[in-house]
Amino acid sequence: MSADDTEDLEAFRSRARAFVRDHLRPSVPGQSVGPLRNERSDDEELAAVARERQVQRLLFDAGLAGICFPRSYGGQGLTPDHQRVLNEELAGYEYPARIQAPTLSPCAAVLLDFGTEEQKRAHIPAILRGEEIWMQFLSEPSGGSDVAGALMSAVRDGEEWILNGSKIWTTGAWWSDWGLCLARTNWDVPKHRGLTVFILPIRQPGLDVHRIEMLNGSKEFCQEFLTDVRVPDSDRIGDIDDGWTVGTRWMFHERMLTNSPLVTVPAGATHGGTGTPLVEVAREAGHLADPSVRDLVGEARMLQLVERELRGRIGQGIATGAMVDQSAAIGRLFSGVATARLRTISFEVAGTTGAVWSGDDGERAHIGTDFLMRQVSCIGGGTTEMARNVISERVLGMPRERSMDRDVPFRDVPRGGSSPA
Amino acid sequence: MQLALSSDQELFRETTVKLLEELAPVAEVRRRRDDPSGFDADYWRRGAELGWTSLLVGEEHGGGTLGEHGLVDLALVAYEFGRHAAPGPLAVTNVVAATLGEVGGPDHRSVITDLVSGATVATWCLGEPPPGDGLGQIALQVRPEGDGMVLDGVKRPVESATEAGHLLVTGRTGTGLTQVLVPAGTPGVSVTPMESVDMTRRFATVAFDEVRVPSTAVIGVVGGADTQVERQLQRAIAIGTAESVGAMQTAFDLTVEWAFDRYSFGRPLASYQELKHRFADMKTWLEASHAISDSAIGAVATDSPDAPELLSTAAAFIGAYGSELLQDCVQIHGGIGVTFEHDLHLYLRRHTLDRVLFGTPAEHRRRITDILEREGGGR
Repeated sequence: MSADDTEDLEAFRSRARAFVRDHLRPSVPGQSVGPLRNERSDDEELAAVARERQVQRLLFDAGLAGICFPRSYGGQGLTPDHQRVLNEELAGYEYPARIQAPTLSPCAAVLLDFGTEEQKRAHIPAILRGEEIWMQFLSEPSGGSDVAGALMSAVRDGEEWILNGSKIWTTGAWWSDWGLCLARTNWDVPKHRGLTVFILPIRQPGLDVHRIEMLNGSKEFCQEFLTDVRVPDSDRIGDIDDGWTVGTRWMFHERMLTNSPLVTVPAGATHGGTGTPLVEVAREAGHLADPSVRDLVGEARMLQLVERELRGRIGQGIATGAMVDQSAAIGRLFSGVATARLRTISFEVAGTTGAVWSGDDGERAHIGTDFLMRQVSCIGGGTTEMARNVISERVLGMPRERSMDRDVPFRDVPRGGSSPA
Repeated sequence: MQLALSSDQELFRETTVKLLEELAPVAEVRRRRDDPSGFDADYWRRGAELGWTSLLVGEEHGGGTLGEHGLVDLALVAYEFGRHAAPGPLAVTNVVAATLGEVGGPDHRSVITDLVSGATVATWCLGEPPPGDGLGQIALQVRPEGDGMVLDGVKRPVESATEAGHLLVTGRTGTGLTQVLVPAGTPGVSVTPMESVDMTRRFATVAFDEVRVPSTAVIGVVGGADTQVERQLQRAIAIGTAESVGAMQTAFDLTVEWAFDRYSFGRPLASYQELKHRFADMKTWLEASHAISDSAIGAVATDSPDAPELLSTAAAFIGAYGSELLQDCVQIHGGIGVTFEHDLHLYLRRHTLDRVLFGTPAEHRRRITDILEREGGGR
């Protein structure tokens, strides 16, 4: 196959199918994906990460990693249609879930958009081989939604920068390799004009990773404390003080979620889902004949299918220019709200057993705790409130919210109690 | 509506819009509030000339499609019908024409010709009176007698029953379904007008009291029409979802415009975060409705195995969330939103009727569960 001609979709499908059958294990039904359940020991988690790196490497060696990444950086240079076919062929099989978001998108996507040639060559092939897992060093303890209000400081020292501050809500930073970090390089200009983006290894002196215990006992979310961490200027992404240009695109990639053609998600896999179909939970509970339960089960499936179709429409709309990029927030809002509703429905279907269970109650034993964590879908990855701002202001063109920090040097912007002394 | 139309489809949509704006503008829709038929014969014939009634009929019967699938093209008309709250029995006439083309006999050719030309309209008698009014419940009896069939039972609501030249009646013969094409005015058929929330469409109760028809009136196989009835239902629901999305789109557009124009406390409504966030929710429901309607229509058009599930998903979602969108549009308009003078109710009416015409959202949610259960839920 020459570089000019794109592999035929059906040929690609049979190649993908053969690989999946020969090398991958079936996914385990009922096994949770993501950090939202506390059901693995650290050793098990590390083993799962190691397996995912291995699967990513297998995909790479088979020419199935980075379908829409350029060939020059180890990708396949194929089309979103090829990615869709791969997703279909992966249905029901294991896949490197932890390496998709945030490693491939937004992190690798941002590298593709803004990285230098050296940066792309150094990191994208390594990412596609499963050697580098990336985290977003974006949110800070002082504020999650007001991303441009970052307090992480980066001070120039010759050919290096010295970073001090804290980042938070990184998923699995304790087993990850690199961070994409938004920092403040100028405090004397308005907040959007004094930011710069850097990349840095997570395992290094001066960078402490603290694991946060969530209400369900999960310790996958982390907070990082950076003390005089030195980053060479060659690891800067984009121009000095122009980090908001990078940041805007970064958040676009984040809102694209699994809509991004850079990301692999087996068809039918619901991100953050429990894995066990609700109809089975209802059957297990002995309530499947109850018409009100049947209504809820149908509603749950409806929301999942609509989310899938909406994702397709937005992906197509953005790709063809029929929709503005900011329309990605529509998908983000829908998935946040729909996922929260699914948690409520599951809890309703599980009945009392969802809240008080015994060892042999199967899937229902987890559902009440999932319900406690319900709002995660509306918080993580940018809150649904921020998505609503973006949709009304950037998609519908409604007036922006008044803010107290525009056209004011950032050091003069009022900050609440969490600002550093 | 699909994001990408072919140039033929775009032209077709534009000429449909032009005709609707010329012959069925809002003033005309309002004027026909108490008109017994709700639409004008010339309007219908001119729409038929554009292709409104020929898209589900093969070329051998004078029909034809623009793109690959007639239903996808027809959905464009349906979407514009919803967007303009346009009158006329679009769904039922097309459903009957398609069925006659697929399983009708030689005797029915001239009926197809008249439907395609717009000379007449036809309707489908599916639903029945309560308590037997659940989706798919059919009790009307069609029994063979001598060299013909006898129909006995009541159907409602039947769209445009007083205007229709022919009634396609779905009844029961033993355990299977039978369909019969009954000409208007056949002895024993009585049509009693009903009232409805809609202003543009007309409905009636049609009673069949020992109605005798020749065996050539049977469409398809006696007792073996179940699959065809399901296809008809799929088409009717598909067209209904496209109409509903059109109605939602107009109401949303009107309300966005209102939010920019209307000032309170010295600033436009569109500047209030509480309202902006509700517009964001509405925009999300609207795009989701477009998405699921398009994919359901595509699935029906290609006879995809997931068509029943996608259709019930579209009907359940668009039915429930469309009402929330339309009622929130009313809320944001305030008092003017519940007046007759404002146009908003035309679209609210359109959606409100479509929400329940071929199954309620709750019925469709339970149908989804039926499908999941049949498939073992293993997805």
